[in-house]
Amino acid sequence: MLDDFLIRATLAGVGVALAAAPLGCFVVWRRMAYFGDATAHAAILGVALSLALSTSVFAGALAVALIMALTVSTLSGRGYAMDTLLGVLAHSALAFGLVAVSFLHGVRVDLNAYLFGDILAVSTTDLAVIWAGAALVGVLTIWRWSALLTATLNPDLAYASGIDPKREQLVLTLGLAIVVAVAIKVVGALLIVALLIIPAASARPLSRTPEAMALIAALIGGLSALAGLRASFLWDTPTGPTIVCVAAVIFLLTNLSARFLRV
Amino acid sequence: MSLITLTNIGVRLGGHQALSHVDFSIDEGEIVTVVGPNGSGKTTLLRTIIGAQKTSSGRIERARGLRVGYVPQSLSIDSTLPLTVRRFLSLPLRHSGAAMEAALIQAGVEGLLNRQMSALSGGQFQRVLLARALLKKPDLLILDEPTTGLDQPGSASLYRQIEQVRATLGTAILMVSHELHVVMSASDRVICLNGHVCCHGTPEIVASAPEYRALFGTGTQGALALYRHDHDHHHHSHADHSHEHGACDHA
Repeated sequence: MLDDFLIRATLAGVGVALAAAPLGCFVVWRRMAYFGDATAHAAILGVALSLALSTSVFAGALAVALIMALTVSTLSGRGYAMDTLLGVLAHSALAFGLVAVSFLHGVRVDLNAYLFGDILAVSTTDLAVIWAGAALVGVLTIWRWSALLTATLNPDLAYASGIDPKREQLVLTLGLAIVVAVAIKVVGALLIVALLIIPAASARPLSRTPEAMALIAALIGGLSALAGLRASFLWDTPTGPTIVCVAAVIFLLTNLSARFLRV
Repeated sequence: MSLITLTNIGVRLGGHQALSHVDFSIDEGEIVTVVGPNGSGKTTLLRTIIGAQKTSSGRIERARGLRVGYVPQSLSIDSTLPLTVRRFLSLPLRHSGAAMEAALIQAGVEGLLNRQMSALSGGQFQRVLLARALLKKPDLLILDEPTTGLDQPGSASLYRQIEQVRATLGTAILMVSHELHVVMSASDRVICLNGHVCCHGTPEIVASAPEYRALFGTGTQGALALYRHDHDHHHHSHADHSHEHGACDHA
């Protein structure tokens, strides 16, 4: 069954979408979208390094994404203007990554595959890595759910409940780095954050509790992956961007319908 | 016995000494209020007590199994986060519906469980925060300017609610407040803070301390005197009394 590239692609897309959506809710609630960008863009540098060192692309992307995420989360709350700092870090990481890739002589690197993803080229090994990563992030999110949510509401409220908000921030950072590393093959570094944020933002008008929002976001993410693959197959469009387009249309529909129903 | 005792606490915040040589303790069922100008370290003191702030010196002793309920100064819930009152009250630990209703009633509101947090009025919101703190069955309730954003009747009614909580549950209460006249009337003890403990004691002792007067000036003295004139002037000596009459006329 896994011999069919379309089935592998479907499983890869759905896996990433399911892991990204609940984590994406936290990214939205904590206003960390730019943080996700910085992590994702740094992953390109990781890809370049791992190609140069001939190690696994996943490991390289994960390592550099993690370093970037830790750097940003250490610098946050130390009096820097965060949006500026993140803008600097995100785009310089991407630029350094692109320049680093150009130094790789002898290796034919299809940069597009890492910027926009190449879901149709997902191998069985990739699939295993994606689902292992997705499962890890899923378990991490469910396990820390209440603590993460309390820390998201208010750090002092968390302390008073015996929860260390810094530790929860670290959990989130780790989850984000894993999602970025596994998703780079599916939607690419430039569109990973879309898979985090758009399903969550689409789920918001339909939800009354955080749990409902996470579940609906996961459903919308999975649905976008399925419909996006189908649409890209029908119309011969690039798959990663098509998945994001479907998610964006769903976002528009849920938010507009919520607005009309309210009026 | 003391629920919590701080001995010679110092706290540094970004290279600036926010608190130094602070001794503090609170007993069961006591209401203690911290007053002090902006930047005097009031919130830092509360954050130290709940364990959110590292100390640079000193010692903190908590009674065994001490349960602390905390009501933060402000809580802004991001508009992207859907949150019912029911869910909020169950963070991080789940509680039964009956327990949540009971806590809301103790906090002076009812029937809000299925409302969105974002749809609450200022007064309801503060009471839901109070209810969440009460759900832990705290021995010590800590409130950081609980009446921020409430109008005069709203804050007076919230203070009455807090006194009621102490009266019915016997919970010790530690709070920061700016509303000096209310604070002075409701507290067993007042601590006047300005990076260090300027003075402390019963409201009467603190109000007449020169350190306190230096910090708060005559305006608040007027308000305070007005209050005392209304309610407990018979407790004071004649000399004190006449002085306060003067201040009262000012106000």
